[in-house]
Amino acid sequence: MELLTNPLSLMILLPAAAGLALLALPERFAGAAAPLGAAAAFASLCVAARLWLGFDPAVTAMQFGLDRPWLPYFGITYSLGIDGLSLALIILAALLTAAGALASFGQIKESRPAFYGCLLLTEAALAGVFAARDLFVFYLFWEAMLVPMYFLVGVWGGERRVHAAVKFFVYTVAGSALMLAAMLWLAAARHAAAGAWSFRITDLCGAAGPAQGALFAAFALAFAVKVPLIPLHTWLPDAHAEAPTAGSVLLAGLLLKTGVYGFIRIGVPLFPQAAAAAAPWLAGAGAAGVIYASLAAWRQRDIKRLIAYSSIAHLGLVVVGIMSFDLTAVSGAALQMFNHGVSTGALFLLAGLLHERRHTRLIEDYGGLAASVPAFAAVFLVTALSSIGLPGLNGFVGEALVLFGSFRVYPWAAAAALSGVVLSAVYMLGLYQQVFFGPLRRTENRVIADLRPREWACLLPLLALMFYVGLKPGALLRRLEPAAASYIESARPGALPPAAPKEGK
Amino acid sequence: MEGNYYPLIKWILLPPLAGAALNLFARRRLRAAGAAAACLAALVSFGFSALALSDLLNLPPENRLLRDTLFNWFSAGGFSADAAFRFDPLSAAMALIVSGVGFLIHLYSAAYMKDDPGYGRYFSYLNLFLFFMLALVLADNPLVMFAGWEGVGLASYLLIGFWYADPEKAAAGKKAFITNRVGDAGLLGGLMLMSALLAAQGAPALDFSSLAANAHLLAGHTVLGMAAPTLICLLLFWGAAGKSAQFPLHVWLPDAMAGPTPVSALIHAATMVTAGVYLLARLSFLFAMAPRALEVVLLAGAFTAFAAAIAASVQKDIKKVLAYSTISQLGYMFMAAGAGAFSASVFHLATHSFFKALLFLGAGSLIHALGGEQDLFKMGGLAKKLPVTFALMCAGWLAVAGFPGLSGFYSKDLILEGVLEHGGAAALAAGLLTAALTAFYTTRLISLAFLRPGPAGGKPAHEAPVLMLAPMAVLALLSLGGGLLLKDSLPAFLGAGAHAGAAWLPWTSALACACGIGAGILFTAPKPANFLKNTLAPLHALAAAGFRADGLYAALLIRPLRRLAGAVAHYADAWLIDGLLVGGTGRLACGAGRLLASAQNGRLDIYALIFAAGAALLVYLVI
Repeated sequence: MELLTNPLSLMILLPAAAGLALLALPERFAGAAAPLGAAAAFASLCVAARLWLGFDPAVTAMQFGLDRPWLPYFGITYSLGIDGLSLALIILAALLTAAGALASFGQIKESRPAFYGCLLLTEAALAGVFAARDLFVFYLFWEAMLVPMYFLVGVWGGERRVHAAVKFFVYTVAGSALMLAAMLWLAAARHAAAGAWSFRITDLCGAAGPAQGALFAAFALAFAVKVPLIPLHTWLPDAHAEAPTAGSVLLAGLLLKTGVYGFIRIGVPLFPQAAAAAAPWLAGAGAAGVIYASLAAWRQRDIKRLIAYSSIAHLGLVVVGIMSFDLTAVSGAALQMFNHGVSTGALFLLAGLLHERRHTRLIEDYGGLAASVPAFAAVFLVTALSSIGLPGLNGFVGEALVLFGSFRVYPWAAAAALSGVVLSAVYMLGLYQQVFFGPLRRTENRVIADLRPREWACLLPLLALMFYVGLKPGALLRRLEPAAASYIESARPGALPPAAPKEGK
Repeated sequence: MEGNYYPLIKWILLPPLAGAALNLFARRRLRAAGAAAACLAALVSFGFSALALSDLLNLPPENRLLRDTLFNWFSAGGFSADAAFRFDPLSAAMALIVSGVGFLIHLYSAAYMKDDPGYGRYFSYLNLFLFFMLALVLADNPLVMFAGWEGVGLASYLLIGFWYADPEKAAAGKKAFITNRVGDAGLLGGLMLMSALLAAQGAPALDFSSLAANAHLLAGHTVLGMAAPTLICLLLFWGAAGKSAQFPLHVWLPDAMAGPTPVSALIHAATMVTAGVYLLARLSFLFAMAPRALEVVLLAGAFTAFAAAIAASVQKDIKKVLAYSTISQLGYMFMAAGAGAFSASVFHLATHSFFKALLFLGAGSLIHALGGEQDLFKMGGLAKKLPVTFALMCAGWLAVAGFPGLSGFYSKDLILEGVLEHGGAAALAAGLLTAALTAFYTTRLISLAFLRPGPAGGKPAHEAPVLMLAPMAVLALLSLGGGLLLKDSLPAFLGAGAHAGAAWLPWTSALACACGIGAGILFTAPKPANFLKNTLAPLHALAAAGFRADGLYAALLIRPLRRLAGAVAHYADAWLIDGLLVGGTGRLACGAGRLLASAQNGRLDIYALIFAAGAALLVYLVI
């Protein structure tokens, strides 16, 4: 029963069960799929809220721990537990899934049960990735997110959906294949040294021995594809642009974070020496990504591809932050992971609403919308400003912490990333100007509907979060800072494994 | 903590914020009420600022600091920023100018924008601007100041592009925001460097008092071959130059005239563009440690003041004249700061906010009366048609020209004294020449618009309503008497020691003013004007185009960057990485698969052949 009474476990099992049930929904109930899916997403959101309320920011150890032997022969345990970072990302997953489910009502017409099933299964897998404390379980969830996402992109996506879906799948699976090999090697090394199998992340710390470099490289490659770091990023614009709205929201809002999360939870603690050696290079790649992706974003003609490239730039800054091992920068990067999910999630929702109305993603097909849909234009402006880091909105706090913190460690990378301040304004305001300002040239743009109540319902929580985190990020930072501190602690070569988890919270 | 707890400060800030929210959601039927609320919000801010000032004056001069910390904004890993505000002499002067001039321009706007469908939106943005500007000048640490700094940039963006259906106006707004952000990147970089150096020495506190106390810790450091304070100050100056439209980041201000004229008066003349001057004055303790950086500030200011005055002398558009004049006057303030005369720069900031706001409002009244006409050469003879506007504008004209006894005279004189003391002869000459040019182009403006006979059959013009004239009258009084009123008290209040300047300087600057006015009257007569225009045609064209700074940036910076971005997007990304590397790997895998697949073609004879060959090879290897 503990599987169901532990809210963390429930956070995974509830959407998973609901997703499977929706997949098996008989054809004659297909009409109820959308409300059922949304209801399940909201139920999961309630569980996530329960996690937030029950989380004690003063405790540094993993919370809501659950530890059940699963394949005892190989020492594999269904071991869960979260710190502040996992908590923030799980909340984000629940929130964006609910918003995405609600936004998809008007957009998904075919095979709705399967669509909502896939959406919920993705959420379950994401929650699993962020909650797993056993490397094998982590890997399972890691691969499990791909399958429903593959279908989301490939079945309900845009015109080039199949190409995008296959590229996404092959690219990320190629990365994870190496990770699988490295994981088995590591576990075998642990077995050889300790005489017993275990996949617990804490047990595997320090087991790598002389093979650190190669093993870290294998893990880092898998994570870098997900982040994505340039030049491993080209799956992303295709997948983001072709995915249906809810798919883009989850891809940008969360799937990318699993890459950064992988570095924080697995890559660095398991291989601290190798990570320390690679950190300047990874930070450099992140900073280069800020400039490269911002420039590429500037010249996109497709709204969703532009937002996709802006994601690469934002995640580049996050990587600079986590690779600097400075408490200010890592806390800021953790916050920025959350912020990026909120802002870019909202941007993709808005782009989806535009597409739903006008059936085009090309920027040049728009223009002058501020006159025909003023409320929509205002919401888009706030979201765009949050994305470019205007103080008072969420993006600034994370960005400032990362920049100020990482400057102490990598002045050049931080200075390069500073150019993102200018370039983000160039591409985002350029987009805004072309879509919303100017004369209303096309008659189709004159008659489109402004935001409807259901659409307000998806966007308002995200807008509220932009202001709340921008003005009083303390509630989040208080939970993220200890997680950042223990990450930095784990990055010290020869560090002790983190303290034992606090069970059954 | 140093300073006195003073909870009243937040009440200076909150009314405009409430007004902005109210106007954003106000229904169209309530538009008059919304405008009234917006004006009231500005007045309440002014009232609380005045109240705080009286409390400040009751304190002994060495203890004049009031503070209010609202909450901890964010903190992580030893880096902390409070939502904290301060009220000291510098903040007091700025807050009174911003809210006072702001209130007058709100009143003016209520009449000026009466027929605009976006009335509520306009007042919402205007109040929002006031809120951010007050946050900027009242901030107790650089991060809150930066929030205000970016916020006024946003309000400016929204108001320049207020008539967004016109793509040019929308583009002008974007240009302003992006140019400002180029400056902001420098400002942030300077703050990052300062914070990193201070944190490394165990003094991470970022509020202005702590910074002033800890600034000496920066002295011994060398960064990039420069003394750390010099580099920090240069980066901060870059930010200030962006906001205050100084060369080389001045290009956005002439375009910013696309906004409604009261906005140009408030944001792009009286308040926001002076934020850079405020920044220099606020961080004067840092600049005092960096004489090399001050030299750069002085040079940039002198150059900007002079070049912009030349550009202002040949503009046709009345608002462009005033825009270049603003750039030039801001250059004057930077000159003062560069010479270390920070209180003089703030004094000129104050007087400039009176007369330049007045001139802009007068220009708005003209444009309003002429149904949108902005070309000076299509005006003329308006002195009779618009007598009140004419009289009021004359006050602004003489004040900005530096007519002895008026506000501009005193503040300019104080600046020139400072430059004489610390700036050197070249800077002083640039200052005096600029003073003459200032008198010249403002006289030219007045002469062309009011004195010269108008075009035959000119349009009928009507005088502005009282609601527009009254704020102008107040500003006119301040332009006339403000200098005399403030010339001793303001610098003393700001903490500058009194000193006697050279006796010949006021006479020289009065002479410059007289020459400028004479030349202005002479060269607006058709014959000499044409003569001058024809003999100096290339220079005239160059100056009229703002020395082609826009074209230069487009050719040297924007187009190459766009091309680079295009190369990144289309070649590096789509062709090289995605096409050749990723796609190539995919094709390679496919090809290998096909090759291997063709090996399994089901023909037994070939299998047998390969088997035989393999067996033979094996046998060969074994033997």
